[in-house]
Amino acid sequence: MIAFKLAYRNLMGAGLRTFLIVFILSVSYVLIIFMNGLYQGWNHHARADMIDWEVGQGQFWQEQYDPYDPFTYADAHAPVPPEIKTAAEQGRVTPILLSQATIYPEGRIQSIKLKGIAVQQDVLSVPTDKLVAEDHIIPALAGTRMAKSARLEEGDYLLVRWRDVNGTFDAAEVKITGIFSSPVPAVDAGQIWIPLDQMQEMLQMPGEATLIVSGKGVELPGKIPGWEFRDHDFLFAELEAMIKTKSTGGSILYLILLALALLAVFDTQVLSIFRRQREIGTYISMGMTRRQVVGLFTVEGTMHAILALALAAVYGIPLLLWFAKTGLGMPEGTDSFGLASAERILPYYSAAVITGTILLIMITTTIVSYMPARKISKMNPTEAIRGKIQ
Amino acid sequence: MENNTIIKIENLVKQFPVGGGTFTALNGISLSFGKGEFSGIVGPSGSGKTTLLNIIGSLDSPTKGEVTVMGTGSGGMNAKTASQLRKKHIGFIFQTYNLMSVYTVYENVEFPLLLLKMPASERRKAVLDAIEWVGLTDKIKSRPPQLSGGESQRVAIARAMVKRPGLVLADEPTANLDAANSHHILQTMESLNKELKTTFLFATHDDKVIRYLKRIVTLADGKVVSDESVK
Repeated sequence: MIAFKLAYRNLMGAGLRTFLIVFILSVSYVLIIFMNGLYQGWNHHARADMIDWEVGQGQFWQEQYDPYDPFTYADAHAPVPPEIKTAAEQGRVTPILLSQATIYPEGRIQSIKLKGIAVQQDVLSVPTDKLVAEDHIIPALAGTRMAKSARLEEGDYLLVRWRDVNGTFDAAEVKITGIFSSPVPAVDAGQIWIPLDQMQEMLQMPGEATLIVSGKGVELPGKIPGWEFRDHDFLFAELEAMIKTKSTGGSILYLILLALALLAVFDTQVLSIFRRQREIGTYISMGMTRRQVVGLFTVEGTMHAILALALAAVYGIPLLLWFAKTGLGMPEGTDSFGLASAERILPYYSAAVITGTILLIMITTTIVSYMPARKISKMNPTEAIRGKIQ
Repeated sequence: MENNTIIKIENLVKQFPVGGGTFTALNGISLSFGKGEFSGIVGPSGSGKTTLLNIIGSLDSPTKGEVTVMGTGSGGMNAKTASQLRKKHIGFIFQTYNLMSVYTVYENVEFPLLLLKMPASERRKAVLDAIEWVGLTDKIKSRPPQLSGGESQRVAIARAMVKRPGLVLADEPTANLDAANSHHILQTMESLNKELKTTFLFATHDDKVIRYLKRIVTLADGKVVSDESVK
């Protein structure tokens, strides 16, 4: 306790120098928590959006389906397994049939993914209720990204050509009955959604699907022959890897700031020990052991981090809470990287991020404070008292 | 050791390594000092006064011989027992005052009591008493840079005396002071010596100090050349 008391007095006595170091360290606290909170918030949002729009509570993939290899699409289809057929009929799981296709918007040729989805489903947020058939026209949904790239508008007619199960080309006109906006590019870019039953008919694959998306509270069978279950760990692996890459890049900024602050602490310690030799000798003459004096100087250095935490709390808490409430606008095109992104990201400050940041700064500050202070243990007190340079 | 003796030095030798050889700073010193003495070790520069004071104050250790201070012998002394001895029983006064510049007068004087973990109310009383002894009650909130040399040395005396030590070691306490301030300081220490029966041991070559001493031990080249009591 005495070391804290003395260290506090010494730091307060040092005035502006203390304030500057404390201020830089406090900015480090706030910035690290903010940046990590932002990435966590992004991750949090992206996961929630992907669950709502794309992955649900997990997916069964037909065993030949490989989302990165369009050549597998032709063979990646099988009847919806009987184990989950009832759930599919009740709309609790959503079968999706996938095929390559070509569209001809305004006379141009564009390859797309054609996706069939049950009109009566609540598993995904894709607005399938807009897939309303008029006469014999096939209704279709496009996302805003797709609509922009193909210059589609609601009510437009579009020629679609595909190959059925036998490899025979066929074509039909579809009508864009809805254009939806989604934060998840994977359900939007380069694809068009049509009713599942009509797509099964077009491809001559009755009752078949490429993948099946599970909704909440569905008891899934452990294993279905010919199908592979993909859980969240698998489906979010890419997202997490991308966010990790981005957060690593982002962390360089605050690590530089932290390094500057730590350098200032280190420099102050070195200077203090050099300038305060007489004081060190006096402490020893008054009954402190060298170890206690090393401890005092270490605590003094570490106290910068404690004061910085207090200062960071004063301006950082309101600032971080304000950001958490208003969010941070993401620039247009962020989601064109293929990463799910809302228009505004709301930072999410977890206890782990806050505790981790505090520990990181405290521990690193203690280390850089201790390193120069070790020199005291080698000092000759009789020379230190006289202020002789050692 | 007689009951009244608080410092006993027997055949003390102190050598320092210099270049490839050794320099003998103290050579076969044997002395003893009793409780309540107002004594001084005098001699020219380099005679070993400060070295002897440092060894008595357990800031340095003998090369040979034995030094016993307040019942604690240098033979079995380690860093912890030495620091305990200084903390509880010895007060130091230095030529350059050695006050903590960021502390107020009150905080400087309070410091030794913080190390002793004295309760706050007792501590406050002891600090105020000590500041009153040296006549600096009006400067209690001042910091050392705001004080004159004489005032600074009086703060150092208060800091040395606040824990009521058995022994105060003063190394050239008047070297940086003018005559008037030197006399004021010495009078203060003399009255504390009489009032509190604290043993004062000076290392000095200042005539102003020597005039106040009741016993003068003269060193030359690391040896005691005379030991006289002054009436």
